[in-house]
Amino acid sequence: MNNNKTYRIQFLTLLIVLLLCFLVNISLGSISIPLGNVIEGLFGSLENETWQIIIKDFRLPKAITAILVGSGLGISGLLMQTLFRNPLAGPFVLGISSGASLGVAIIILGSGLFGGVFATYLISKWSIVIAASLGSFLVLLAVLAVSSKVRDTMAILIIGLMFGSITAAVVSVLSYFSTAEQLQQYIFWGFGSLSNLSWNELSLFFGLYILGLFLAVFSIKNLNSLLLGDNYAKSLGLSLKRSRLVIILATSLIAGTITAFAGPIAFIGLAIPHLTRQIFRTSNHRILLPAVLLFGAIVMLVCDSIAQLPSSDYVLPINAITALVGAPVVIWLLVRQRKMMF
Amino acid sequence: MTKKNINIILKTENLSIGYKTKREDLVVASNINIELEKGKLIGLVGANGIGKSTLLRTLIKVQPSLSGLIHINNKDLNQTSVQELAKQLSIVLTEQMTSKNLSVYELVALGRHPYTNWIGNLSQNDIEIINRSLELVNISSLKDKKCFELSDGQLQKVMIARALAQDTDIIVLDEPTTHLDMYHKAYILKLLQRLTKETGKTILFSSHEIELAIQLCDTMIVMTDNDVICDQPCNLISEGIFETLFPKDLITFDNSTGSFRVSK
Repeated sequence: MNNNKTYRIQFLTLLIVLLLCFLVNISLGSISIPLGNVIEGLFGSLENETWQIIIKDFRLPKAITAILVGSGLGISGLLMQTLFRNPLAGPFVLGISSGASLGVAIIILGSGLFGGVFATYLISKWSIVIAASLGSFLVLLAVLAVSSKVRDTMAILIIGLMFGSITAAVVSVLSYFSTAEQLQQYIFWGFGSLSNLSWNELSLFFGLYILGLFLAVFSIKNLNSLLLGDNYAKSLGLSLKRSRLVIILATSLIAGTITAFAGPIAFIGLAIPHLTRQIFRTSNHRILLPAVLLFGAIVMLVCDSIAQLPSSDYVLPINAITALVGAPVVIWLLVRQRKMMF
Repeated sequence: MTKKNINIILKTENLSIGYKTKREDLVVASNINIELEKGKLIGLVGANGIGKSTLLRTLIKVQPSLSGLIHINNKDLNQTSVQELAKQLSIVLTEQMTSKNLSVYELVALGRHPYTNWIGNLSQNDIEIINRSLELVNISSLKDKKCFELSDGQLQKVMIARALAQDTDIIVLDEPTTHLDMYHKAYILKLLQRLTKETGKTILFSSHEIELAIQLCDTMIVMTDNDVICDQPCNLISEGIFETLFPKDLITFDNSTGSFRVSK
């Protein structure tokens, strides 16, 4: 069919763009490395040892993190928008990010309560990762428990938002009693960061991401049924409770892991599915899901390259860049097409 | 009597429908005993708020019954899983679909979901059934259009094609003629009649087009305040059932023409 051919060309283009962005992302930074040398460096045969170390230990893990974060958040956003039939939904509507924030806030801001020496010991990188995962996991459990009782999908959306409000309030109370340094540390976590992941951390990240992705791919057929609405989906033999559970689980696995390792990165999850729908002009998840995956990865790589402020020693907070770059693009696309695709 | 039973595809016994609340059951209608035969077009009529939608929603297992039994293909509906039911009964509802950003073909293809594998790959057989469903409803030319580009009448036909693609013995439609002009109302109901003849499916629909339903249906279910009656239209007319449908101060039923008259 004609359609299939168009899709194939679009996917091929996205793949090539992704590869280019990946290489450019690695080549840019405080020290620029020429593209040809980047490719050599990826195969470990670079003569310049400093460059080889920069690529292998810093830039490559960072680029892979960017790909995982961008694609993962995009997919989580897509799952939530379809499940909640709401174009404003994103990966964090279930309170995942606020749960993670709460965990991190308790560790950083509440550490004063545990006493001096213990506190500095507590705030290591891993403890933040664990606190963030635990926080989002607990909020998620609460949402899941509620969602098995509530039949209305919209009610779950509101409940997720309410959990978010509660945790945000607790974080405010904690920050009120914190010192300036603690607050600063907490705010820095909130900026999000793609760098500083070791290969060990990255492989754990990757494993959880793949698990979530697997669940998402498994839900493609159900997601398409859900496009018709809950009653139609049920009449097509879909077990609403179970498929809802799997979709929520996939989202929280992916978004929760990302938040734990890279901080609460806003905007991408909400915007990427919309951008992809505008370009591919379909809501068929067999097309959308892989497209969102590629597109999210590309956008995140571009945002990260900008955040590095090439040839300077400064690095901007990635969380600010995603919105600064992304929001105008979404506005421009919506104004140009004059119509939202959903 | 036994021969008749073979042809019964949907049957209710002392069915009571309504809503369960914590304090008490809110009964909408009770003591419903209907038998629907294979290959028939059945119209469900009644005044607003009498419980037509509640009855349909109960029959398609969207909401639970209060008491009594529903049998589909001689099997208790409560014992039938949603997966099994999806191969026996398909629906066309009044609710708008969430996304109209699918092509007509993709939408009709969703009807094959009960039969496809985990990722929804269409087999050659599936594709043939989808194309045949599109042809039966005369919308093959629309198949590459997006649903948001369609008129209400076209969209209704697409939803009927989707239900056909699901390849079930029974199709249930909740008010398929609302929002349509007079021509398309007649067109859709006539289409349903033709489908029962050509495919042998049982089609049950609720409607306010009583006069059209009287002319086209094999069987009609009439819901009044006191009773739910299931019979052939001509019998219902001679028994004067339609006169009891509405309060008589404004409109009356003319038995000789089978139509309603506004009192002057």
